[in-house]
Parts: sequence; C-alpha cells; structure tokens
Amino acid sequence: MNDLLMIRKNLFRRRLRAILMIVSILIAFAIYGVLASFERAFNAGQERATPDRLVVLNKINMSQPLPISYYSRVGAVDGVAQLSPISWLGGYYREPKNFISAFAVYPEDWMRLRDSDFVFSQDARTAFARERTGALVGARMMEKWGWKVGDRIPISSSIYAQKSGARAWDFTIVGSFTSRIPQADTNIMLVGYDYFNETRSFGKDLINWLMLRTTSAAMNERVGNAIDGMFANSPYETTTDSEKAFQKSFAAQLGNVALIVELVVGAAFVTILMIVGNTMVMSVRERTREIGVLKTLGFPGGRILRMVLGESILLALIGGLPGLGVAMLLITQVRGSLMNFVPTLTLYPDIAVGAIGLMLLLGIITGLLPALGAMRLRIVTALGRN
Amino acid sequence: MSSASDPMIGIVDLRKTFTKGKETITIFDGLNLAIPKADFVAVMGPSGSGKTTLLNLLGGIDRCDAGIIEIAGIRIDRLSEGQLAHWRASHVGFIFQFYNLMQMLTAAQNVELPLLLTRLGGKARRERVEAALAVVGLSDRLKHYPKEMSGGQQQRVAIARAIVSDPELLLCDEPTGDLDRRTADEILSILQLLNRDFGKTIVMVTHDPAAAQYARRALHLDKGHFIEKELAA
Ligand SMILES: Nc1ncnc2c1ncn2[C@@H]1O[C@H](COP(=O)(O)OP(=O)(O)OP(=O)(O)O)[C@@H](O)[C@H]1O
Ligand SMILES: [Mg+2]
Repeated sequence: MNDLLMIRKNLFRRRLRAILMIVSILIAFAIYGVLASFERAFNAGQERATPDRLVVLNKINMSQPLPISYYSRVGAVDGVAQLSPISWLGGYYREPKNFISAFAVYPEDWMRLRDSDFVFSQDARTAFARERTGALVGARMMEKWGWKVGDRIPISSSIYAQKSGARAWDFTIVGSFTSRIPQADTNIMLVGYDYFNETRSFGKDLINWLMLRTTSAAMNERVGNAIDGMFANSPYETTTDSEKAFQKSFAAQLGNVALIVELVVGAAFVTILMIVGNTMVMSVRERTREIGVLKTLGFPGGRILRMVLGESILLALIGGLPGLGVAMLLITQVRGSLMNFVPTLTLYPDIAVGAIGLMLLLGIITGLLPALGAMRLRIVTALGRN
Repeated sequence: MSSASDPMIGIVDLRKTFTKGKETITIFDGLNLAIPKADFVAVMGPSGSGKTTLLNLLGGIDRCDAGIIEIAGIRIDRLSEGQLAHWRASHVGFIFQFYNLMQMLTAAQNVELPLLLTRLGGKARRERVEAALAVVGLSDRLKHYPKEMSGGQQQRVAIARAIVSDPELLLCDEPTGDLDRRTADEILSILQLLNRDFGKTIVMVTHDPAAAQYARRALHLDKGHFIEKELAA
C-alpha cells in the first residue's frame, strides 16, 4: 500500500458521487477543448497576418467593390512596396456544394506579397506569370480533389458568368505551392485577374480589395491615411486597415467567437469549481474521524494536506484528461465537413497543455480549503468523545 | 537492557484545564504518577473524571498546561507538534473503544498504516503485518474489510495496528466497552499476552471491574487524583 492507493480509495469511497463529479469535469473539459480549438482556428488568420501588410477596402463595407484603376494610384503612394488586386470568385467545382476558395490576382505581384507565407517553386512562378488561363493551386486543395499539375478543371462562380454564357471557366493547373508557416492555409486557388476580368459578364474593371506591403510597419499609418485621403469624396471611398484588423473583421462576421468561448467556458468552470469544491469539503468532513486517527498514528499534517490535495487533483485529471480526448475525437469528426470554413481546426498541443494546467489549478483550488482544514485539525477534536 | 523497575511513565505536577467560552474547567492540578516498564495498569473512575484526557496527554495527542510528562526518558511536554507526531509513530500504540479502523482499507492495509511512516520496504512491511495479525489470531482475515468483521475481530485488527511498529507503550481507552463478555475476555487475554510475553507497558481505561482483573494493578481516578488499589495477581 502507498499514499496513492489511499488517495484513490478515498476518492471512490462514494462511487456514485465520484462518478458524477468526474462526468461533469469531463464535459467541461470537452467543451473547453472544442471551443478553444475553434477560437484558435478563427483567429489563425489574424495570427498569420504580417505586420507590414495593409488591406484597402471600400469604405461602405467589404462586399462593395473598388475600381482596378486604384491599383496604379495606390502603387504610386510613397511607402507602398508591393501590391496586388484581389477579387473573390465565389467558386465551386462541378456542383455548388464543392465550394472552392478562389481569388483573381495579379500573379507576380501576389506571389511576391505572399512569399513569407508560401513556398513557390521557380517553375510554378514562371508558369503562373505566363499562362493567361493558368491556375495556381495550394497543396491541400490539390490533395483534396486529387488534382495534378497539367489538369484542366472547370470552376464555376456563384456570382459571375462568362460573357459567352458559359457558367464555368476552364483553368489549367500550372503549379502548386506549400505553406511556410502552419497557420497559412493552402486550401486556396489563384487565377489571373486579366483573363477573369475580360471574360466575365459584369463587374468589369472592379476588384474586391487591394493587398499591399509597406516599406516598413512604421509607415503603415501614414500610408493608410494617404490612401484614404486620396480617395475621400470620390464615388469609391476607401478604408485602409492592417491585415490583422481585416482578418478580425472577417472573423467577426462569423460571430464574436472569442467572447462566446470565454463566457461558456467561464460559466462551466465556475459551476464545476463550486460543485467539486463543495463536494470535497463535504467528503473530507465525513472523514474527520479517520483523519484524526491517521494523525494519532503519527501522520504529519503536511502529509495529510498532500493526500487531500492529491485526491482533488487526481479527480480533476481523471475527469479532465478523457474530456480532452473527447474534444479531440469531436474535432476530428467535424474537421472534414468544416474544412472550408475553419481550415486549421486542430486541438493544438499548447491548447492541451493549457487544459492540463487548468486541471491542476481546478484540483488545487477545490482541494485547498479542505486540505488546510485537515492539516490543521486537532486530534482531540477529530476523535470526539469516546 | 532496561529492567522492569525503570520508569516508563513519569508525571510530575501535571495541570490540565479546558476552556469553554468564559468558563475554565480544571481537570488535573498537581497530578503525579509513575508507572514502571512492563506494567499493566487499569485506570478506573467515574465518568468525566479525566481518564480519556489522561490517555491523550500520555499519548501526546493533547497538551498539558503545566508539569512534566516523561515517557521512556523523553520529555514529551517539550516536543513540538511535528516532533510529537514523529514520536507517536514509533513509541506508542492506541486502542480505542470503537476500533477506529479505516473503512475503505482491508485488515492488512489498516495494520500496515503505521509502517508507511517508516523506511521499511514492501516485503518487510508485509512480513510485519502478517506477524502482527498472527499475534491477534487473524491470519485468515488479511483481505477482509472492517464491515465484514465482528466487533471483536475489528478490535483485534486495531490491536495489531497498535503493535505493528513495536512501540513500548500501549494506551487503551475502554477497549472492551463495546464487546460482550466472552469477546471482551479474548481481547483482554491478548493484552495480557502482550504485557507478559512481549513486555509492553499498558495503560487501560475501563469501567469494568472484571476487565481490570487482567491488569497487574488498578488506579482509581477521582476528582483529579489517584487512589491505588492492588489487585490479586
Ligand atoms: N475538548 C474538551 N473541551 C472541554 N471540555 C472537555 C474536553 N474534553 C473533555 N472535557 C471535559 O473534561 C472532563 C474529563 O473528560 P474525559 O473525557 O477525560 O473523561 P472520562 O473520564 O474519559 O469520562 P468517560 O468515562 O465518560 O469516558 C469532562 O468533564 C469533560 O466534559
Ligand atoms: Mg473517556
């Protein structure tokens, strides 16, 4: 026998009570694991945002267009190093349910802008810059649809049609790319803006936004003000924002996930804390006499404190670790179907480590009061009147 | 080697009070007592005369207000709480009226408890536990839980627990108070055996004159003082 065996036996002294507490802790940590992973995935865009990149949008809102002529006017602003127009295709492959994240860009400009996020081979670089009807497809999208370089793939748009009346554009995959950093998602497709612009039935010479890099992050504010000032009182007024703020407003459209996560997790944990804390107090009080006997036998107060704390920590771990397992299982289950919306949904190791830290904290907080009480308990009081 | 006439317990000018609110009750004031090694003393006296309090003081689980308590040459009234816990683990065994076993531990595990405070390894502990349970005649009950045993059996487990770390002093507070005559006699015979064959010094509180007959002598505690009565050996 050792202390751990005693701790375990004490924990399961009342089986049903222990199981109920374990289940409630399990549920709390399953919720925590899932929500924290979702929050991380939604914020991935903000995390990968580069500090010296800015996005120029229509001032009204991000779904209003800007004219392509802004490309050269913005390019001439002092402090702008590189820029590319970006148009959103609203693409799909064969059927509307096969949603494809596709953007029309100026190939060379865009690749230079995204060099810090993606790895482009020299072949892909030259081919995408040269081929008018070429498409550059990220590694994950290639893998998802089983495409190869050289394939001709029909991409339809849920927004535009071709002038010819055809619904789909036939693009030739001219190259692929991989990500340089884990948060950069490669489930995307790029096509040349010129070809797309000339063949579409409406929206000619319009773009959704401009992405640019300044000569240094310190220039951001000055550059942003210069751009927005230049277009003030024009039919297309702009608002220029850091990429981070832009990604954030993108995520905000999906609901304020972070706040919801914090509220739900906070409420769950306060509840668990009160239930488990109260139960630990009761459970130790029921054993007052036995604690008195242990002390009579010569068990020092510190050892009794450790045994009670050990019990509450063990309880938190027995409930919390399988809870994390459940979260992992849930996430792998839904990942496939949510791929397009939250591409980087994973229970990252640091979320798991944080959760284990929370378990230890929960164990210590719920066990501390009864443990201190047990440590300080006077033997004569504990044994009562014989 | 110590001889049987060396003192095991020496109490000099002991003072013990309890304070409840504004009221102070004096239990002992100027109590003296000497008990030699390998003695077996029955302590009798009316309810509330301070018998349990005396045992608590002798066993170092309660503190006196003034005076000297010396056990086997150690001034336990001078020890700190931590030192007292350490001292109890190796020098004194307690036996209570209601056994006070851990309900979720088996007989063997209950007996093993005091050994968790020693450096003994698993095998050595198991041997000691089996030896202690053999002394009280419970070798066939190692894996039984307290609720699966009779009162007499539980008290025998408690005795095994009290002697497993081989203390020189056993303190028993009405060890047969909850048992029928026959079972009580069995328990008292074990205590007598521990005194005669193992040389344990025993102080036993009891209300039962028949139980006191098993001791070498009886002390009557009344109004905070002792009156000694020799018993027929
Ligand atoms: N913790 C305490 N606080 C206040 N008074 C106490 C406390 N413990 C004991 N007493 C008082 O001290 C006196 C002696 O108590 P003690 O338990 O030693 O008596 P006892 O001789 O063992 O009696 P019994 O035969 O009923 O067990 C009693 O009057 C009791 O009320
Ligand atoms: Mg008493």
